[in-house]
Amino acid sequence: MVPADQGGGVMRADMLADPVDGLDEALAAVAAVDQALVTGLLRPQPAQAAGLAALADAMAASPLAARVAEAVDKAAAGAAGEEHFISLAAARIALFGSVHDAVMARIRQATGRAAADEAVTTLGGDQPENLVLAARTWLSDLARAGWQGIDHDLVSGAAPVVSALLPEPGLRRLAALVDGFAAELAASCPGSALARIPARRWGDLWSRAMLLTLPGATRTSGGAVTGRLLPLGVDLHEHATAAQAQVHAVFEPADGSTPMLVRASVSAPKPDTIIGAGIWQLLRPHLSLLAAVSEGRSMELTDMPVTAEGDLLWRNEHAHLGEPADAFATARVALPTASIAPTAPLDRHPVRIAVPVFLEGYEAEQSEDTVSFAVAGHQVTVDTDRVPVAGPLTPEAVAASTACIGLLRWDAGSFRVQPLAVETTARKKTVALHAGAWAGGTTDKAGVKAEKAATDAAAVLRERAGRLLRK
Amino acid sequence: MPEWESSSTARVLAPARPRKLSKVPFVELADGRLQGVVSSGSDVGRVYVSSVAVGSYEFACSTNNNRPCGGARGSFCNHIGALVTEAAVQYGAERVARYLRVEVATEDVVSGESILQAMWRARPPQGDNSAAAVVFSQFLRHLAYLELAPTTTAVPEMQWFPPTRVVA
Ligand SMILES: [Zn+2]
Repeated sequence: MVPADQGGGVMRADMLADPVDGLDEALAAVAAVDQALVTGLLRPQPAQAAGLAALADAMAASPLAARVAEAVDKAAAGAAGEEHFISLAAARIALFGSVHDAVMARIRQATGRAAADEAVTTLGGDQPENLVLAARTWLSDLARAGWQGIDHDLVSGAAPVVSALLPEPGLRRLAALVDGFAAELAASCPGSALARIPARRWGDLWSRAMLLTLPGATRTSGGAVTGRLLPLGVDLHEHATAAQAQVHAVFEPADGSTPMLVRASVSAPKPDTIIGAGIWQLLRPHLSLLAAVSEGRSMELTDMPVTAEGDLLWRNEHAHLGEPADAFATARVALPTASIAPTAPLDRHPVRIAVPVFLEGYEAEQSEDTVSFAVAGHQVTVDTDRVPVAGPLTPEAVAASTACIGLLRWDAGSFRVQPLAVETTARKKTVALHAGAWAGGTTDKAGVKAEKAATDAAAVLRERAGRLLRK
Repeated sequence: MPEWESSSTARVLAPARPRKLSKVPFVELADGRLQGVVSSGSDVGRVYVSSVAVGSYEFACSTNNNRPCGGARGSFCNHIGALVTEAAVQYGAERVARYLRVEVATEDVVSGESILQAMWRARPPQGDNSAAAVVFSQFLRHLAYLELAPTTTAVPEMQWFPPTRVVA
């Protein structure tokens, strides 16, 4: 792997307080697509047609221009087919690609990292066609109905699609997305009665699912790495029927080349009653790194597969437990020297941005539900809502902290820091609290209680499954 | 544009709240019903499939082998009581009441108990057990999620699904 952008020191909070320039045109075109999806493309009104025309204009200079123009014409006439919906989705994702790049450029300025110029190429592939075609048909029906036109009959069409996709490992991304998306739509039926609609979000989920139905959309190149892995913290993602834990870490290659920021992930579908500590229990056997995180240890990797995006394709047999490694020492010493891997084309969306940062010397402030850090006179909003409930880190601890390892994120026009770990002072001693401390198991009293409740819940479901599922 | 509408990570659904599953292993708000599965207290191989319809509160209860529930003749049986109580724990009583279109008397706290009472006051009809097979297969589909293998290939799409500490 070629090191991309290198080095990062003190974060400049002033660069995060200012809005990122030049996004208005792209976001206005996105909003036009999103508005068209609110009312649906079965019988578009003049306002929708005008919005779609703005999309075609915004894409006029791109390689997609001709396809998008055709799709916009068809959609405005209420005659769009699946291939046209794919073009609209591709246009929307391309617009977010430019937003992603502008936001990343600002983050590089703020963190003092140099610009990357390496690109990740997506490889072609062969996916079982009929499975994804069923998903594409359902997504096209959604686009025609619009969010205001959804009803139980339409939304329940996702269930057989998801059931067919889930067992295919290569289609897990599409399956997890459609499953979470459909659950939100089901809870929002009938669409005609919705008081408000998460137009940006559902536009994102729809367009992304659409592109994931293209053959080979998710394949990227990669290699294998050997060296030392120093964990920074754990980021959790979950919807009712899936969860993912992602460990952010600094990887130091054994050959002495530039350290790099990497992620190790584990995800699984789950019943909606497996929550909290139950999620850690479900995931931890498949990512031995979670135990290392809970124990405050590094890991030694040997020929661990990795993608060009810096995602380790974890195999427990390629890793063994290393020396103790304090995440705050890693953040202070190793993080500033580490390079960031580039992002694959499909993943160039601001939601995918989660850049590890280290903050200290700030003044933490809490007003009502919101915590912010005053860094050199500038307020940085802290997203404490993302801190998982099954862990020792709380919004109160974040509000009393003196140092923080976090993920820098951007959504709805502003930057936020998601805390992964903080240092606080208790009885004149510095104490570290990690959001993912319980991921690999815990002896903490509250943690043991949560583990017990989760074990009982999982035992009931497994007993029921064993008795009823194969009858 | 308000922030919620322009947020890619706008929270639409509150996460389920923890509850004990031994009595009611499965409950869902779906298909225009509050529906679920209640384990029999006496026979480990038997479960009851219970449901209450949105709006009309038409109720039904039968075993997974399609035998009618003895307790559900003309009144809510204990299984339906347990179903509503556990739904209120998992989803929050307010959401369950809103979903079923139950108006709880203003002086009452919205709870599983007050939802049951309000529905009963409306003299709901007893339905047939035609939905039982669908509900039971939903339960099996739900259990089948336990059997799907985890993966260590990153799923970037899950970035759209951050956890939240806000409960229903
Ligand atoms: Zn009954």
